[in-house]
Amino acid sequence: MQDYTFLRELSGSIGTVFLVLSFFGFVLFAFRPGSRRIHEDSAEIPFRHDDKPAPDLSVSAARTEEASQ
Amino acid sequence: MLDYVKLPILGLIAVGAAIAANYGLDLAYKIHAIIIMLVAGGLFLWQLRRTGEPAVPVPAGEYMDGPVKAAAIATVFWGVTGFLVGVWIAFQLAFPALNFEWAQPYLNFGRLRPLHTSAVIFAFGGNALIAATFYIGQRTCAVRMWGGNLSWFVFWGYQLFIVLAATGYLLGATQSLEYAEPEWYVDLWLTIVWVAFLAVYLGTILTRKEPHIYVANWFLLSFIVTVAMLHLVNNMAVPVSIWGSRSVQVMSGVQSAMTQWWYGHNAVGFFLTAGFLGMMYYFVPKQAERPVYSYKLSIIHFWALIFLYIWAGPHHLHYTALPDWASTLGMVFSVVLWMPSWGGMINGLMTLQGAWDKLRTDPILRMMVTSLAFYGMSTFEGPMMSIRAVNSLSHYTDWTIGHVHSGALGWNGLVTFGMLYYLFPKLWNRKALYSIRAVSWHFWLATIGIVLYASSMWVTGIMEGLMWREVDAQGFLVNSFADTVDAKLPMYVVRGLGGVMFLSGALIMAWNLWMTVRKGEAIADTHSAVPAE
Repeated sequence: MQDYTFLRELSGSIGTVFLVLSFFGFVLFAFRPGSRRIHEDSAEIPFRHDDKPAPDLSVSAARTEEASQ
Repeated sequence: MLDYVKLPILGLIAVGAAIAANYGLDLAYKIHAIIIMLVAGGLFLWQLRRTGEPAVPVPAGEYMDGPVKAAAIATVFWGVTGFLVGVWIAFQLAFPALNFEWAQPYLNFGRLRPLHTSAVIFAFGGNALIAATFYIGQRTCAVRMWGGNLSWFVFWGYQLFIVLAATGYLLGATQSLEYAEPEWYVDLWLTIVWVAFLAVYLGTILTRKEPHIYVANWFLLSFIVTVAMLHLVNNMAVPVSIWGSRSVQVMSGVQSAMTQWWYGHNAVGFFLTAGFLGMMYYFVPKQAERPVYSYKLSIIHFWALIFLYIWAGPHHLHYTALPDWASTLGMVFSVVLWMPSWGGMINGLMTLQGAWDKLRTDPILRMMVTSLAFYGMSTFEGPMMSIRAVNSLSHYTDWTIGHVHSGALGWNGLVTFGMLYYLFPKLWNRKALYSIRAVSWHFWLATIGIVLYASSMWVTGIMEGLMWREVDAQGFLVNSFADTVDAKLPMYVVRGLGGVMFLSGALIMAWNLWMTVRKGEAIADTHSAVPAE
């Protein structure tokens, strides 16, 4: 029962604050400077590799680097 | 080597199931044991004929679309089956004589109702999600599916789960938890299948060749992980005997009720919402041939939905033994949930920005857009119904059923049809669908069917709620329960007709997809001539 009490207190105090802060952290991170180019590139993912897998990592990795520059 | 391990395992399962069929304490358990014995025995023979054959090389330069095709076919099959059972039980409610005496107790409303809900949610929706997960996962990770034939195990294992669940309901094996009716051994089997599903999907993501994980995959992964968690917690039960289908829940009373609706509402939130949003974030951009309106918004949509949905369950338990603070918490989170839901809807709709003209010519896109509109409508209606004052009128009435169906038929149904119309020509290498006119027919039949369904349920639900609370000058209740049942007949017939229209639309789709594969013009195979990228 002590475990339950401990977890209940934790989730009712620091736990909630932690979750709320991490949520706002995620949102702020999405708006970080320079994210626009990366997001524009990510949004194009469904339009690549429609019929065949990518040959190797270096090709698409290079493209992302290009996009983020 | 693995083949030699599989053989004794399959043999042992077949023998064990035969023993279980002999010792079985109830009919459902015995029949399930026989089904498992036949499946394991059949697999044993199938495996035996292949053992020692030279291994077929894996085409690493191609996507693994076999399981996607199978799941897409299963989606159509279970969809039509589930809609048919739904139409049937709708008319059983309108005309109780359809609960035939000779078919008691197997085909009465009480046993067919969970068959309908599970068939449409888990069989139709589940197979659609398996197809979407396998298809989107490979395309957006730019890699062949991980795990070799494990994805086939996921597909067939899931079909076995559906068959065991469905036959169990008809034969009376149920643990009486809504949307979690299957008994303990079926739950254990689903756990194994689900872990394999997670492994296949995570393996594909971890071996990806696209550095970023596309947002559709976030939604699909959260669907798989959360459903696993919900399934494990809500199905904690102790079997009465290992030779019988009965079990006893570990939790009881209000704890059990709260856990059940934590499960139930998050089944809606993560199975029917997050999973299908994953589908939406891939297939709407593909069909519109435009990237998603705002990738940023999709990220915020994801995190907001994940953080909020998990708390909304208690709104199912207003005015019960559940403490007020808990149901208020559920209500507040449900209302806040309105924002991410509409954010997602707007993101999907605005993807068509600059391409709205396509709606005029492309009934598939029209279907997807209408499904987003229904998503917006039911995610507005839901938070409203979760408010305690509204809930005091709407709860236990047909309004709830209308709400569920505008979400399930409108959002889940239409977006799945859109996906199937996109997938079939693509997977079977056809230039186009067999008939675009038939898609238009399907679209209108389905949409009008849903409107008839939802509006008749609004009328009967609100009427019923008002009749229940009507008191005369002395403070006595005016209506008996049977009075409300009598007053509902016309609306029940309209609802049934709406269902007939939705079902006939699905039958047209099944015919159209069949003809696309049978008669459709194939795209000339250019693969061999094109050099590797």
